[in-house]
Amino acid sequence: MYRSELPCIHSLMNNPLDFAHLLDEIPMGILILDKDRRVVHLNRAFQALSGFSDDMAYGIQCRHILRSAACITGCPVKSSPIKSRSVSCATDMINLDRQKLPIRITASQILDTEGQVTGYIETIEDLRSIGTNDPGKNVAYSFANIIGRSRKMEEIFQTLPMLAQSDTSILITGETGTGKDLVAEAVHQTSQRAVGPFIKINCGALPATLLESELFGHKKGAFTGAVENKPGRFKLAHNGTIFLTEIGDLPLPLQVKLLTFLDDKVVYPLGATKGFNADVRIIAATHRNLEEMVALGKFRKDLLFRLNVARIHLPPLREREGDIRLLLDHFFNSYAAKNEKDLTGFSQAALTCLMNYTYEGNIRELKNIVEYAVNVAQGQLIQPENLPAYIVESGPASAFPPSPSAGNSAPSPNPRSVLTPPGTAPKPDQTTWASVEREMIMDALRKSKGKKARAAQLLDMSRSTLWRKLKQFGIE
Amino acid sequence: MPVHKIAIPVHGDDIIPRFDLATEVVILQTTDRSTVTNKQIIVLPQSSADELCRLLLSENINTLICGAVEGEYYEFLEWKKMKIFDAVVGDWQQAFERWQNRALSPGDILSTRMVEGNLI
Repeated sequence: MYRSELPCIHSLMNNPLDFAHLLDEIPMGILILDKDRRVVHLNRAFQALSGFSDDMAYGIQCRHILRSAACITGCPVKSSPIKSRSVSCATDMINLDRQKLPIRITASQILDTEGQVTGYIETIEDLRSIGTNDPGKNVAYSFANIIGRSRKMEEIFQTLPMLAQSDTSILITGETGTGKDLVAEAVHQTSQRAVGPFIKINCGALPATLLESELFGHKKGAFTGAVENKPGRFKLAHNGTIFLTEIGDLPLPLQVKLLTFLDDKVVYPLGATKGFNADVRIIAATHRNLEEMVALGKFRKDLLFRLNVARIHLPPLREREGDIRLLLDHFFNSYAAKNEKDLTGFSQAALTCLMNYTYEGNIRELKNIVEYAVNVAQGQLIQPENLPAYIVESGPASAFPPSPSAGNSAPSPNPRSVLTPPGTAPKPDQTTWASVEREMIMDALRKSKGKKARAAQLLDMSRSTLWRKLKQFGIE
Repeated sequence: MPVHKIAIPVHGDDIIPRFDLATEVVILQTTDRSTVTNKQIIVLPQSSADELCRLLLSENINTLICGAVEGEYYEFLEWKKMKIFDAVVGDWQQAFERWQNRALSPGDILSTRMVEGNLI
């Protein structure tokens, strides 16, 4: 703590009021600044949004903490006329998790009893929860931003509003790219906790020691390097939702601590003797088979039971009959509008390729393909040559038949053995081009002993293409 | 001796809080960390994270000291083998000196802390 005591408000009521507590109960980010626009106080909602704690930010110029585009292009506080009490602007910010978030800043002056400006108060609204002009918003067969008209998705759309209104823990399962994050966010945004924070934590992204401190916080001096108090994500998510993605990667000792929290709803930061009652809803997601992990002793059975109160299984795209066309059109409209391209749609040949492709990377892959095609298309229609080469190669002339749900493609007359390196020959009835491509990349990486530049040379692709594909296939 | 090429997107004397909004980049070259063998300031016609990434790659930068950077660009530059010290707050020269002394970490706040004109 840099301050000798927590600020109080005097004379508003008979007793002095705890200023920090007052601001913490407002479900909107708030920054209190002095006359020089240095941070005096951050409320809990802003700490949750930005990732900065009050101690980290205290006494620092607000642009280094808020990190919004408006801070650089035209600070709303600086540009507001002296007589004006408040000014508002829509912009974006980058938080400590390196996420870019759309926000609205409203800056107002704080006046003393003489009417002199003594500081500023900035409120930060998270615009993710507010409707935009996204065409997806107006599409039928959707829930929040999730689109689909297949029977399996309709069942999910019927279940989601009920689950959103309840306050139970939810476990979302499904292959990578099926939209688990989107579902978690949609559940939060349509629940009664929508005004509270939505905090996402990737359990696989941090080492166990850091993850514990990140989740539950720590007290100053609790361990070497703990130079200041950290509230922890559970405390910051008070009255909101915590989304634990890749829950299957959560280390066993932390599974026990999470279980304890689920039972007691009390957070004990590392080194703290006093707990904090956090009212937090848990949504967890994983692409792993948790039941299998339980059998192998890698995941606690009791934690699975606590998380698995309600379960949503997202089907892979190959099991969502009719949704590919719907999603292609949806993403086409979205990217064409965003890039201001004068495109009217897909040519029949391109559409045949796209409909026959098997989308191992699910919606994420489909979305990337459409984004690429919209960007490179020159004419009015998207042609097969505007699609990534591997789609066309694995399209109607593919050696690998599409999944049963894709349905309408003809089997390949001509296996493309030239594209398959020795030793990676696929089983024709099981393998897709994406899996062969993944294997080719792995093979090239093995041959180049992990050197990506050399692997890209072996595969005859640019380094940036290889980078994109490594990301797409989740190869570390 | 390995050549270090360090890029710092700046705004005046400070590291600019946002990587994607930088229009000015200081590029420093050292061989032994202590001696700066070359220093240049590049002014960009407009701010663009893509253009800035391209510049860093064309200049063979191997260390980046910057403020907030979006995940996508961070991952890309990291994949390009760049050592990134992001979320650094404060005077760029001070940050560079820390780097020279091997004392810089991502997220370091080097600015003077003041409230209502008083040092904290």
